[in-house]
Amino acid sequence: MSHQELLQAHFPSAGLDFSEFRDNRRVIVPKERLVEVLTYLKTEGGFDFLSDITAVDYLEYDDATDRFGVVYILANTETGVRVIVKTFVNDPDPTLPSMYPLWKCADWTEREVYDMYGIRFEGHPDLRRIMMPDEFTAFPLRKDYPLKGRGERHNFPVITRSES
Amino acid sequence: MAVKDVPDNVFMTTLDAAANWARSNSLWPMPFATACCGIELMATASSRFDLSRFGAEVMRFSPRQCDLMIVAGRVVMKMLPVLQRIWLQMPEPKWCISMGACASTGGVFDTYAVVQGVDRFIPVDIYVPGCPPRPEQLIAGIIALQDKVIKTGTINGREFAKRTSATGPAPFDADELIRIREANEQLPVLN
Repeated sequence: MSHQELLQAHFPSAGLDFSEFRDNRRVIVPKERLVEVLTYLKTEGGFDFLSDITAVDYLEYDDATDRFGVVYILANTETGVRVIVKTFVNDPDPTLPSMYPLWKCADWTEREVYDMYGIRFEGHPDLRRIMMPDEFTAFPLRKDYPLKGRGERHNFPVITRSES
Repeated sequence: MAVKDVPDNVFMTTLDAAANWARSNSLWPMPFATACCGIELMATASSRFDLSRFGAEVMRFSPRQCDLMIVAGRVVMKMLPVLQRIWLQMPEPKWCISMGACASTGGVFDTYAVVQGVDRFIPVDIYVPGCPPRPEQLIAGIIALQDKVIKTGTINGREFAKRTSATGPAPFDADELIRIREANEQLPVLN
């Protein structure tokens, strides 16, 4: 039974949007049903591995209705099937429930999404920056953040030869 | 006082020249290798190019034992405090080679995270261009540094005291950083 049949049978009125491109199987899930759908996919669908979590900023898209898309890539390690689950969050304070209780590997991937996009994951045990330094204040992969930064890379003390 | 009857195995020189001769021929590099330039640095040290011909083969991974820092590769803003601390930990006299385009100018990585040239924040003596430079170029840089040590060095490092300004471009002041931030915020949103 494919993931689509499973989900349609179990969540008939959840507003899931299925699509497929080549071998990418995609499901768009409303934010409120995300935990249920992912839990069901893990326990009943056999998707025991969370391959990656990433996000997209749709700020400059004319036809976009939401600011951020968050993408969960699940894999079934027995059959090799992958499913891409996508949901949308919005400003201000984009927040999603953490998937750490389901898959422990969500720890670092959610920290990465938080670091780059500022999307908070509620219930995450240790939501800190993972790549940028702790004193960094911006979220650099947001489209309203300039490519060359806001001068953070120049904000260091200068050591001259006479004083070192 | 005239010196008479100098034995054959005694020669006279200045202390500076003797120190420079010894220092320039026994440079101990600290390989600060963060990217692909580090691979060329390893190739320079290994048998085909053999940096030991120039007395600089003793790579030390402890800054306390080094007198030449070779910054090989791009330095990101999270790494720069590490670089500065390692530089400060190295004992005097010490020199710095900025190896490759990224260490010298940031290279193609003109982004928020990458420092646009380590010479903005630590002193640099020799720049080696290239992306990455070939080992011959690095060796040429080390020979140029030896030349610099021999010509300008002093036994107590007096020449360093004159270098009171930053080696690289003029440092940004706080007001300029604020102006950059404001200019960035007024950028039109591309569509």
